[in-house]
Amino acid sequence: MSATISKKLVDEIAHLANIPLSDKELSSITKAFDETLQVIDNLSEIDTTGIEPAHHTTGLENIMREDVVDNERMFSQEEALSQAKKTNGGYFVVPRILHND
Amino acid sequence: MTDNKYELVCGMEVHAELKTASKMFCGCKNDPFGAEKPNSHTCPVCLALPGALPVANKKAIEWTIKLGLALGCKINLFSKFDRKHYFYPDLPKGYQISQYDLPFCYDGKLETSLGTVRIHRIHLEEDTGKLLHKKINGEDVSLIDFNRGGVPLIEIVTEADIHSPEQAKEYGKKLRELLRYLEISDCDMDQGGMRLEANVSLRPVGESGLPSYKTELKNINSFKFMEQAINFEMKRQEKKLIAGEEIQQETLGWNTTTQETFSQRSKEEAEDYRYFPDPDLPPVRFTQAQIDEMKASLPELPTQIVKRWEGEYQIEPRFGSKLFNTASEANILDSLFSSAKNKKVAVDKLASALVNKQISLPIVESDVEKTINDFSALHSVEDVDTVELKTTIEKILSDNPDVKEKYSRGEKQVLGFLMGQVMRVSGKKLDPAAVRATILLSLEE
Amino acid sequence: MLYQEFSTMTDLNKLTLKKAQKLVAEKEVTAAEIQQACIDKIKEVNGKLNIFLSHLDAPVTASEGSLHSLPIAVKDNVCTLDFPTTASSKVLEGYRPPYEASIIRKVKEAGGVILGKTNLDAWAHGSSTETSDFGRTLNPRNPDHLPGGSSGGSAAAVASDTCIIAIGTETAGSIRQPSAWCGVVGLKPTYGRVSRYGIAAMASSTDSPGPIAKTVEDAATLLDIMAGHDPFDATSNPAEHPVFSNSLNKKISGMKVGVLYQDLEGLEEVRPYIDAASKILEDLGAEVEYAQALDPHYAISVYTIAQRAEVSSNLARYTGIRYGNDRSHFGDEAKRRIMLGTHALRKGYADKYYLTAQKVRAKFALDFEELFKKYDVLISASSPTFAQKIGASESSSMFGELADMLQEPSSICGLPGINVPVFRDPETNLFLGLNIVAPAWREDLVIQFGDAYEKATSWNSWRNND
Repeated sequence: MSATISKKLVDEIAHLANIPLSDKELSSITKAFDETLQVIDNLSEIDTTGIEPAHHTTGLENIMREDVVDNERMFSQEEALSQAKKTNGGYFVVPRILHND
Repeated sequence: MTDNKYELVCGMEVHAELKTASKMFCGCKNDPFGAEKPNSHTCPVCLALPGALPVANKKAIEWTIKLGLALGCKINLFSKFDRKHYFYPDLPKGYQISQYDLPFCYDGKLETSLGTVRIHRIHLEEDTGKLLHKKINGEDVSLIDFNRGGVPLIEIVTEADIHSPEQAKEYGKKLRELLRYLEISDCDMDQGGMRLEANVSLRPVGESGLPSYKTELKNINSFKFMEQAINFEMKRQEKKLIAGEEIQQETLGWNTTTQETFSQRSKEEAEDYRYFPDPDLPPVRFTQAQIDEMKASLPELPTQIVKRWEGEYQIEPRFGSKLFNTASEANILDSLFSSAKNKKVAVDKLASALVNKQISLPIVESDVEKTINDFSALHSVEDVDTVELKTTIEKILSDNPDVKEKYSRGEKQVLGFLMGQVMRVSGKKLDPAAVRATILLSLEE
Repeated sequence: MLYQEFSTMTDLNKLTLKKAQKLVAEKEVTAAEIQQACIDKIKEVNGKLNIFLSHLDAPVTASEGSLHSLPIAVKDNVCTLDFPTTASSKVLEGYRPPYEASIIRKVKEAGGVILGKTNLDAWAHGSSTETSDFGRTLNPRNPDHLPGGSSGGSAAAVASDTCIIAIGTETAGSIRQPSAWCGVVGLKPTYGRVSRYGIAAMASSTDSPGPIAKTVEDAATLLDIMAGHDPFDATSNPAEHPVFSNSLNKKISGMKVGVLYQDLEGLEEVRPYIDAASKILEDLGAEVEYAQALDPHYAISVYTIAQRAEVSSNLARYTGIRYGNDRSHFGDEAKRRIMLGTHALRKGYADKYYLTAQKVRAKFALDFEELFKKYDVLISASSPTFAQKIGASESSSMFGELADMLQEPSSICGLPGINVPVFRDPETNLFLGLNIVAPAWREDLVIQFGDAYEKATSWNSWRNND
């Protein structure tokens, strides 16, 4: 299993992951990617036929909550906005997302 | 519509907000439309603060199963929630908790007068926040309100069984009726409580199998617009197919002003949502016994009730279906009708009086007595002696010679005068319909 | 009697939790005096060691409770109302959570005082505390060396006596490994034993908060307070937990111990000390023998993939819109992990990487199940090496995962484990630690064994004050 990964692919992944990367960072991350992929490629050596994936370790099931309003945990508008750098009239603010581009 | 060269191959995706008291994964109030101010129904979980964790709303899950059973779906006894990843400001976690490969319900159907529409799957997820676009200090910005973020959302996906815009509309309406009937969603389309999407493609008549492409109609908030949009899109696609042009996979909106579909986003590459099971939420496991119990406790469905009333009380189906929206309302009517029957009241006439709004619908169980009394008062009529009635009318007409002339001149309001006279003279409470009919006969002689 | 030993106020920070509770309860010392001693010590060493990112400047009082207003250091990925919570990342620089973690609420309800927030590898990604965005922490035992990580700050806080006890979190080794490198006790509970609500998530399926303490007894005491069901955490065990302090002072004679990983390459530095520790356990009456387990190198792969996948997902919320700063503020390590995690989940790759990793995880769980049919507990070195020198983390982009190799198998399976010191090198003043692992929900066993070992030996630098 070859593990050399192209810069182009890494760039694609950066977009998917919403991580801004400079050219320099792109090069160093591509190298790190390669290193990591080399290490984890040994997984194919283990026989996993018939094994169900273990997504949880606790074995818990059916953990749910009753449909009740929890007033204690709800924030006031001020609390909700308190840590944001940009707010306006009770809203969080972001630069306009354009739909048609 | 398409001069029968091509036929519509359409599947619909409907999202409906469940009207639970609290949100899907936290205890915040579920009332985005009624909130006093933006971002006032939020908490660490639905704001996606560092360290916040989701816990699933039991009622939302139960209601999803309920809908699935009402639509004849199979229920996955083992199910889970998955994370669906994409970046957008109204999605605070950067992923939506949804269901990927093990939805709660699958393989059901909804009957329309234009054919059966198979339900592919029903799953449960959380709603996003709302974006408002504004200009502030000359800058184009989007404002975000998370009151709606985390509200439970049920998604119903059909197979591509819809073959006309009319059928699409009927499907949507019937689905809405069922959601309201089960009292799990108000489906207020202007409030975004129900959202419609349609996948549209065409194939040559006579062929089977799915076409290789489809366009998605999204963000359409009325059945009328959906019908119009599908119609337009069919014509647009047909033109291209005939011309041998390729149809781009894309997401389209409906411009109600220009009455055209317009492109929203290219769907060349399907988004990679990188689904994986949510580690924060243990899976859900039902026993067959639990599902059987839920099925047994389903309310009788509207079509079944209307049919039963036709059999038991001879209530015309077109009246029966107009009398209720929810299961609770149907229950009260059942009490009313059986009580009326016991009192030897003509239940079918009672039903038509309700439909014609001559008496008001009972709101609670205790109203049933009163409703029956109102109806009796309305119809405590003596048998109409038609001959006696005719004589009375003739006398009134001869006492008021100008009435007949006025009537023939088109002054229909004289009917009211005549009816009042008849009632006064006869001194009895007579059936208005019979009186009116006899008066008309006399006037027309 | 004990108070006479602490004739100067500056020694009050050296108290164990147990002794401090006793002295305060008997009114021989006040909690304020103990807090002040810790604060003074912080002021003395923090400039150099960079243990605390924020801390009290003066003593405060707490509610009534068994913790008697005693000062607790908390890893800075745990949300607190009283201090900023940064996860040692520039993305959260200055962030003041409007809510606090459930474990903080529990600690406060028990009368504890949050002394300050300790440094970590940014986002808990690492095993050195060198990849903090706010500078590395140095090992108080020997400042040319690293304290380990990611809970290096909390381990260093305990080792330097700048607090009475601390809280850390472990995803794969992050409590036990820095505890080993700093020569302190680190207890990683079963995943699901302690609530994760309010702790910036790293790998949701393995993150476990736990105590880092001067003695096993102290760790058990704090675990009794931290543990228990939390309705805000769907992965927390609804069952009531046993009283962990009841597992102290219990004999281990007749119990069976399996020794793992001794035949692995690269363990030359530590192997003899683990053998020596095994001998001590035998002297205490346990039956000890070498045991075979699945090669932990596979656990590295499993852990790397699963953890990075979950990290890429858990860090997707940090966009700077609702709080904090935008994603350009992520450090290199975070960026690398997010991207590799994203890759492991992509269409066409998810099966090969993520799904396979989850299957191999299941295999490890089965392997442990088999081993625990034969043995009560399993032991191994906590780390293949002594605390490494400053700059070591830069040697490989996989430094963290490689350093934690011996812990990853038990961590990915959610098992409980404890680190107890087993050797101190008199020349370097650096420690080695023994890792004791038990079946799920059996913290009582790791406490029992850890306590027995600690009391039978002199490696614990506070034991000698008893």
